[in-house]
Amino acid sequence: MSLESLIILLYVLVLASYLGFELISKVPPTLHTPLMSGSNAISGITIVGAILACNELGYGTVSKWLGMLALILATINVVGGYAVTDRMLKMFKKKK
Amino acid sequence: MNIAIQFAYLIASVLFIIGIKKMNKTKEARTGNQLSALGMLVAILATVVQVQSISLVEILICVVIGSAIGLYISVKVEMTQMPEMVALFNGFGGLASLAVASSDYWLKTQELGQHVGPIIGTSAALSIFIGGLTFTGSIIAFLKLNGKISGKPIMFKGQHLVNLLLLIGAVVAAVVALMNQADSIYIIALVAIALVLGILVVIPIGGADMPVVISLLNSYSGMAACTTGFVLNNNVLIVSGALVGASGIILTQIMCKAMNRSLMNVLLGGFGQTASESGGEGEEVVVKEVGVEEAAMLFDAATSVIVVPGYGMAVAQAQHVIRELSEQCEKRGIEFRFAIHPVAGRMPGHMNVLLAEANISYDKLIEMEQINDDFSNTDLVFVVGANDVVNPAARNNPQSPIYGMPILNADKARTVIISKRSMGVGYAGIQNELFGYDNALMLFGDAKQTITKVVSEMKEM
Repeated sequence: MSLESLIILLYVLVLASYLGFELISKVPPTLHTPLMSGSNAISGITIVGAILACNELGYGTVSKWLGMLALILATINVVGGYAVTDRMLKMFKKKK
Repeated sequence: MNIAIQFAYLIASVLFIIGIKKMNKTKEARTGNQLSALGMLVAILATVVQVQSISLVEILICVVIGSAIGLYISVKVEMTQMPEMVALFNGFGGLASLAVASSDYWLKTQELGQHVGPIIGTSAALSIFIGGLTFTGSIIAFLKLNGKISGKPIMFKGQHLVNLLLLIGAVVAAVVALMNQADSIYIIALVAIALVLGILVVIPIGGADMPVVISLLNSYSGMAACTTGFVLNNNVLIVSGALVGASGIILTQIMCKAMNRSLMNVLLGGFGQTASESGGEGEEVVVKEVGVEEAAMLFDAATSVIVVPGYGMAVAQAQHVIRELSEQCEKRGIEFRFAIHPVAGRMPGHMNVLLAEANISYDKLIEMEQINDDFSNTDLVFVVGANDVVNPAARNNPQSPIYGMPILNADKARTVIISKRSMGVGYAGIQNELFGYDNALMLFGDAKQTITKVVSEMKEM
């Protein structure tokens, strides 16, 4: 990787972190548990890397097996995380 | 083709950001979560089109296995078990990042015999280190939370020195691994050190501090994903990882502030041990008891009631009878609200979820800062399963281990009824002087049973 692409990635990192701090500090404490389980699901974005890692060579390789392990774990995070967050948010009701 | 994929990743990132933005309002939160999930779907599809069709079978198999496990957990988990589940998922996220980074590194250095540059190499080492630490640390937090191992701090002599040496060892292993990339032993050593260090940093932390730990590990799982993004030169991983990392850090800060502890103090561990020694010497607290009939009359006569719920309420499964109590009070035109301390429950926001599950309207759940001034003009405060968060010692006893912790001013109300199983101490291991106050009445017994009796008394009135 060249230094130029590193700089671009660092820009993305810094701006995204700043945006994250701004947005998340406004989430009301009532929703902190769903926020956590929802961000669990978002951190399952490693699924992208896992899919690419599964696309390597034959079964004999360590890389392939690591990729498949990562894919199963990341899918659990994504599917389980979003599903349980939806289940919780469904419960938050206001009486009329 | 490539530009279309990059564009799809951009759309996914934007959907994650809008999703979190919508979490700012309780009404829109569910839509926000669904938008975030849509973003994930876009990112996954944009990735799947890049793989060779020959790999699709095993990818599909892994996705089906993972989805089945994920769905099973999300349906089965009890709301009281939410902290354990989040801890476990943090661990999975960490291990997934470790596996992706090491898969990529292994492929290049071992199977293709290439040399990895310093930027990608460093990113891979960081991803492996943070991911490994997050994985075992989360598993220990998970085991502590569900009681498989004791929630007590596990300390040994020279613990911090061992951790420091391991940290140095990890840096050395990483540097040597990047200099001798053909030799795989150093990168394996790095994985091993990260896994051991994850265990060692979490074992000295007590059960009461687990909300801080899971928030912090949540942040780490995001950082691990973020560093993996640097390995793969992929922006969507960096954006999402940064969002999760920021979220975890903010929640960690909120939890520390609510307990009046510094993050360092929590991480060094051992809280609750020294506290129990100094707590024993306090003078005996003389309490007044109240029966269910009298309690029912006090509720009936009040014009405003504030309930202070703690995790003990959820343990006793009393939240549904408390909703019945609120219905009885509201029928009489009594103002009925809940005061939620930031550390009520076992993870940030946990109490709100437990009460929402019992069908209690979320506009009745009031945060500490908003409700603390109202206690002094409240007729009746009902403390259920909470202890340290209403202990006035935090305000007026500099010797107390919880001195300085922000508390709910329950003692300022005209009358305080405390539902408690026995005179046991709270998490911090200290006596609660509120119990001996003139306006405090103890309602002894199992919370669910006693409150059920109070409700049936009120129905007959």
